[in-house]
Amino acid sequence: MKEQRKKKHQTETLKKVLKYIEKYKIFLILSLFLAVATVIANLYIPVATGHVIDHILAPGQVEFPVIFRLLAKIGVITGLAALAQWLMNVCNNKITYEVIQDIRREAFAKIEVLPLKFIDGHSHGELVSRVIADVDQFADGLLMGFSQLFTGVLRILGTLLFMLAINVKITLVVVLITPVSLFVASFIARRTFSMFILQSATRGEQTALINEMIENQKVVQAFSKEKDVLKTFDEINGRLEKASLQATFFSSLTNPCTRFVNSLVYTGVGLVGAFLAMKRVLTVGQLTCFLSYANQYTKPFNEISGVVTELQNALACAERIFHLIEEKPQIPEPEHVKTLTDVRGNVELEHVCFSYEPEQKLIEDFNLRVKPGQRVAIVGPTGCGKTTIINLLMRFYDVDAGSIQVEGLDIRDVTRRSLRESYGMVLQETWLKAGTIRENLVMGKPEATEEEMITAAKAAHAHSFIKRLPNGYDTVIGEEGGSLSAGQKQLLCIARVMLCLPPMLILDEATSSIDTRTEMKIQNAFARMMEGRTSFIVAHRLSTIQEADIILVMKDGHILEQGSHEELLGQKGFYSELYNSQFAV
Amino acid sequence: MKKLLVYLKDYKKESVLAPLFKMLEASFELIVPLVVTAIIDVGIADRNSGYILKMCLVMVALGLIGLVCSVTAQYFAAKAAAGFGTRVRHQLFAHIQTFSFTEIDQAGTSTLITRMTSDINQVQSGVNMVLRLFLRSPFIVFGSMIMAFTIDVKAALIFVVAIPLLSLVVFGVMAVSIPLYRKVQERLDKVLGITRENLTGARVIRAFHKEEEEKARFEEGLESLTSMQNHVGRISAFMNPVTFVIINGATIFLLYTGAVQVDTGVLTQGEVVALVNYMSQILVELIKLADLIVTITKAVACGNRVESVLEIQSSMPADGAGKRTGSERCETKAPAVQFSHVGLTYRGAGGESLSDIDFSAERGETIGIIGGTGSGKTSLVHLIPRFYDVTRGEVLINGRNVKEYSLEELRQKVGIVMQRAVLFKGTIRENLCWGNRDASEEELYQTLEIAQGKEVVEGKEGGLDAFVEQGGKNFSGGQKQRLTIARALARKPEILILDDSASALDYATDARLRRAIREMEGSPTVFIVSQRTSSIQHADKILVLEDGEMAGIGTHQQLLETCKVYREIYESQYKKQ
Repeated sequence: MKEQRKKKHQTETLKKVLKYIEKYKIFLILSLFLAVATVIANLYIPVATGHVIDHILAPGQVEFPVIFRLLAKIGVITGLAALAQWLMNVCNNKITYEVIQDIRREAFAKIEVLPLKFIDGHSHGELVSRVIADVDQFADGLLMGFSQLFTGVLRILGTLLFMLAINVKITLVVVLITPVSLFVASFIARRTFSMFILQSATRGEQTALINEMIENQKVVQAFSKEKDVLKTFDEINGRLEKASLQATFFSSLTNPCTRFVNSLVYTGVGLVGAFLAMKRVLTVGQLTCFLSYANQYTKPFNEISGVVTELQNALACAERIFHLIEEKPQIPEPEHVKTLTDVRGNVELEHVCFSYEPEQKLIEDFNLRVKPGQRVAIVGPTGCGKTTIINLLMRFYDVDAGSIQVEGLDIRDVTRRSLRESYGMVLQETWLKAGTIRENLVMGKPEATEEEMITAAKAAHAHSFIKRLPNGYDTVIGEEGGSLSAGQKQLLCIARVMLCLPPMLILDEATSSIDTRTEMKIQNAFARMMEGRTSFIVAHRLSTIQEADIILVMKDGHILEQGSHEELLGQKGFYSELYNSQFAV
Repeated sequence: MKKLLVYLKDYKKESVLAPLFKMLEASFELIVPLVVTAIIDVGIADRNSGYILKMCLVMVALGLIGLVCSVTAQYFAAKAAAGFGTRVRHQLFAHIQTFSFTEIDQAGTSTLITRMTSDINQVQSGVNMVLRLFLRSPFIVFGSMIMAFTIDVKAALIFVVAIPLLSLVVFGVMAVSIPLYRKVQERLDKVLGITRENLTGARVIRAFHKEEEEKARFEEGLESLTSMQNHVGRISAFMNPVTFVIINGATIFLLYTGAVQVDTGVLTQGEVVALVNYMSQILVELIKLADLIVTITKAVACGNRVESVLEIQSSMPADGAGKRTGSERCETKAPAVQFSHVGLTYRGAGGESLSDIDFSAERGETIGIIGGTGSGKTSLVHLIPRFYDVTRGEVLINGRNVKEYSLEELRQKVGIVMQRAVLFKGTIRENLCWGNRDASEEELYQTLEIAQGKEVVEGKEGGLDAFVEQGGKNFSGGQKQRLTIARALARKPEILILDDSASALDYATDARLRRAIREMEGSPTVFIVSQRTSSIQHADKILVLEDGEMAGIGTHQQLLETCKVYREIYESQYKKQ
């Protein structure tokens, strides 16, 4: 049952793979044709060699004219076969590399339109490994599987035909003994499978320990736990040694054992062939030809058994990528979508309900009306869901019920682009792209002049440290900001927003990594920036939010209180408790 | 790579026997064509069926002996490789444990993890392959040639020409393509980087609606990758066809020479067959050898990386300096912690991160440390348990230089709670017992109460025995912080360091925590690092740091009057009060 379902999955995946290959049909057909040519040439050469040998009998019994003709033939065929093989390789490469390029392109395009819910809910490392490692594995499997499986099958069939054409009896010998080799190989593979499972499980256990301990080496040392940790490590390491020895040894038996069976085939051919040659049914040349076939015939069998696992693995990888590619994208924009223009800063939330998990209710029936230029502060302990509001405002997530309106338009009816363009956002997790400082700053306003950029950087107090970098604004920073400190990165993010100055602002713990003195200086710039702009501010420092027009107090995802600073203090609720605790001893 | 091979020394026997048995197997394989020759020249020519039967039995026997030899070789190779891998892993892990913070910072944890795992695996399988094949393949290649010489010198000369030609092609293609494959890898890394960036930065990219630009950037990377892959592919696609041509060309010459030699009576028909057989054996082995060399290059590269980690010497050998124990010089009147004109320059850094830090903390005092981001607060407290060595001045604990203590003795005195709260996989109890192996249940609850973590434990099913997932994923930031504080308290330290470790706690809990620590028995000397003035304003002494220098020291009131930096920090947090 399970087996069947797995098979069905595999055929489905295979169909999808074939769809990708379809684009390169011509190359595929060419490649198949070349493979046939290569195999035939490969098989013909031993026959020709056999003929030559039959004309080299004994002193005085060598027919040079015939031999010359045959040798010339071998030469030409070799040349053609080599050419065919090279072209086939090139075709196969072309198909493989183009297909994986197509797949990667699609996967990436999907990443750009995936709902954030998906991105937040999956480990980024795992998604990256699907796009990179899985696709690579798939390519390897495809390339190897494709060329080896096809030529392997052809070779087996071709050899059979050629052998039958020469002599039926010896062919029977070969056909009867060969399955033994397959049997031995699959027997060993089955027996070693569990050993490999054990090895990789033990390896996984060890990797987990290594990860944990090396990542937190500093804590390990602070508590002088080095010896204990090493002891745990050695225990696993010992088990790994045993498992690894078993798996390696038993799996390495395949080669010698099949080689032994091959030598049996070889001997069988030699024996029967010699007797037939004695009776003059077979020439010595034909016997040599058979012997060389006997050597070749079993090889594709061994290869195919390897290829099958490789192909299965490749299909499993392909399935993981297709899962990503077929993932439901964010809701597409409706046909008659409007564009937000002339945003003044009217934001209205009406009966908004939202939760990340259906079972765990978060925001229920939340109403809020913000007028142009108002400041909304969101406070509460860490992890209380402050960021959720921002996710909804920017439409990173869609509300479950109710609506959010900007300038009277439901944000689901306007383009994402125009909505997001209306907000300037500084998040707690500072994200910078790999590139120069300049590229990062002008992200929101690519047409900005040098002067505008520097003015923005100065306002964000980033100019002085940028100036001190080796190449100033053209300094290349690595992935995720590389060598910059958390505070410096945050200053850059602030400068980025100060440059494009959209009509509304979202500041999510925008100054959390900046020391309070610098922060105070930036606050002035912020204040100027917020003038006349609707802004949403998340902060845990209460001092920075007292001046807000509306304060939302959140706890455990719920909005507990809502009002101005004075009103909330007067309520003597959670807010006043929070506020007073900062003065407590 | 050479130095790693030392770890094979316990497997000398296996490392010699494995290739030896492989060579034995190969030599039996080399005899087979001779037996076939005998069958043709004697058995068939003389119509001697008894002889043919006998020769076939010889072939089966050769196959059997080959099998036994080969299995033996595989076993020795697997044993040596598995043992080697295990020893290297142990050695490397143990070595990393001796690293001081300086070396950990320098090497980077993700690098160390890759070295420990995939790199060593590669080396291990490399060793296995080398032991199995490295002697076998050249042996068959040259063995075939030598066998050819025993048959006929003139024909053997064709081997002498063909083998170098073949090697030239096989190794030439490899020499060209291996560096190109490295380039492919580089371009793949770039594609990987863009993918990761678009996942981690999804919010920002969408906020600035850069999706289309990112797609274009990805496409560019992708295309350069594909074109490089096709380029390398075209080159390595040459290998098989060209070797095929050489081998068949050589066979043609062989057949011609053979024909001439048979015609003049120097060779028999069977001997020509044997020569052809030897020629085809060479091709198979050369291709195996090429595969092997790819594995070896990879393994050597990995091995060198592993070795480079092993070569990093700890700047702070664990059993090195001042093993002097006992407390003869431990004056009870000396301050608990004293910094005397301390300077710290991180390795590879341009300037000092701390300069001329000079202060002392009496037993039981609470010292607050405050300053902006990057002002050196964490660096300062990390000098106390000697995570880094000072580059100027000295740090004294109980009047003794920290370098005179053994690391274990020193760190036993200090309980530190780091900025990033880390829990380990296991139970809560196991985590707390990191601080003190023999802590009783009662003691654990006591420390939990001080750390404000009792409710955390009570809220979890199983209490102290509740399971902690790797990295403490099933705990919130605040919960983790409280547990790490409890862990540090469990060892009843003389010196307690809280490095911004209450940041995830709300003000009220933070305040309760500080009060509980002050009232703790044994009254440790406490260092509190914080950005909040509220966390440190009641400390006995407050140290104000700016750009690695002391901008002021004193009590809250004193500093408000005398220290401009402190006043500014304070005012920035309490603007309108």
